[in-house]
Amino acid sequence: MDRFRARHRARAIIIAFLFAAIPALPVRAADTAVNIDNFTFTPKELTVKAGTVIVFHNRDDIPHTVNGTNGEFHSKALDTDESFSFTFAKPGTYEYFCGLHPQMTGRVVVTP
Amino acid sequence: MSDNKQDTGIDRRGALECMLWAGTGVLWTLNGGVPKSSQLLGMGTAQAAGKEATGFSFLQISDSHIGFNKPANPDALGTLKEAIGKVSALPAKPAFMIHTGDITHLSRPGQFDDAEKTIGEAKLDVHYVPGEHDLVDEDKGKAYLDRFGKNTKGSGWYSFDAGGAHFIGLVNVANLKAGGMGSLGEEQLAWLAEDLKGKGTSTPVVVFAHIPLWIISADWGWGTEDSARALALLTRFGSVTVLNGHIHQLVQKVEGNVTFHTARSTAFPQPAPGTASAPGPMLVPAEKLRSLLGITSVEVRHGKEALAITDTPLATS
Repeated sequence: MDRFRARHRARAIIIAFLFAAIPALPVRAADTAVNIDNFTFTPKELTVKAGTVIVFHNRDDIPHTVNGTNGEFHSKALDTDESFSFTFAKPGTYEYFCGLHPQMTGRVVVTP
Repeated sequence: MSDNKQDTGIDRRGALECMLWAGTGVLWTLNGGVPKSSQLLGMGTAQAAGKEATGFSFLQISDSHIGFNKPANPDALGTLKEAIGKVSALPAKPAFMIHTGDITHLSRPGQFDDAEKTIGEAKLDVHYVPGEHDLVDEDKGKAYLDRFGKNTKGSGWYSFDAGGAHFIGLVNVANLKAGGMGSLGEEQLAWLAEDLKGKGTSTPVVVFAHIPLWIISADWGWGTEDSARALALLTRFGSVTVLNGHIHQLVQKVEGNVTFHTARSTAFPQPAPGTASAPGPMLVPAEKLRSLLGITSVEVRHGKEALAITDTPLATS
């Protein structure tokens, strides 16, 4: 293998990696936070691209949980300043609520 | 109060004895469906309107939230100890204590340990029901049931008889559904119907559960969505007393033969509905905190009288 081919192959691998990473790039760009303040998920509704990681951050002085209404995900009880992350991989509409205070609800719409 | 076994109702001496420990404790006297709150001098009214005292009383504590350490009360264990100190100092020993849930803040073993140890210092039998904070362990309530679930059904409900009254501990904090409030569920409602079968209508019934069994604020989740079905089973009884916690403040309502009452927390106050954007721990000046925490004493009377409920703050401000 000569040096040119080796370099060419290395470049091809790098390019392949870049292409492989393309679907993931918006994920990084769109890592998104939902804050819990005053018994409210904010924003209450959020639209993101598939693959987005959403970080739920409890800023109340009382614990909350984040439970998918259809059981898609659920956090442990988040004490003050604790967070829960979930990757929304599949397109669809995800309703969620706090298992301790079920009047607290939110929605994530995941687009392809 | 029930520190006057020798004669009728609450006399002036009894009232004065009461005041020794109660500070400006409020006595709630319920006659003809109208609740009257009164300070010291009003207690004579209770005697005039009341019937024979049985000398049977029990205590309610609620929302001890052991593990809570935020600014609204950095020492929830300390204020629970103070509350238990009040219980131990009562001139007449209550028959037992009920705890209407949120024993702990996060269902952790150490929090349950601290709560049990401190509450045990009152040397009274304690009948617990869970709050939502007691069911947030990994196994969603196993930690609670392992400790307090003996002789209970389902997620921890049960009944027992004492002092001529029938006591029912309900669980309305398990398996809550999105957008809803507290919930009893089909299995528990069926059990309740069965439990009440054959009970005479003159039997005073005391129902206790964590979340209020009537709707105080739907927006804040302060209610139980299927409580009306439980109450329908209770309408035939002449005296029904419903004792709840969860909202960390006194609220009372009378509907027909049913008296609803919520107890103070021993840990931290919450705002009154409509006075804040959300529920949650309410920060008050340190010197005011103990006036917003407290315990509740209930005297069971026979006949058509409703039970006498006395709320006592940890301190006056």
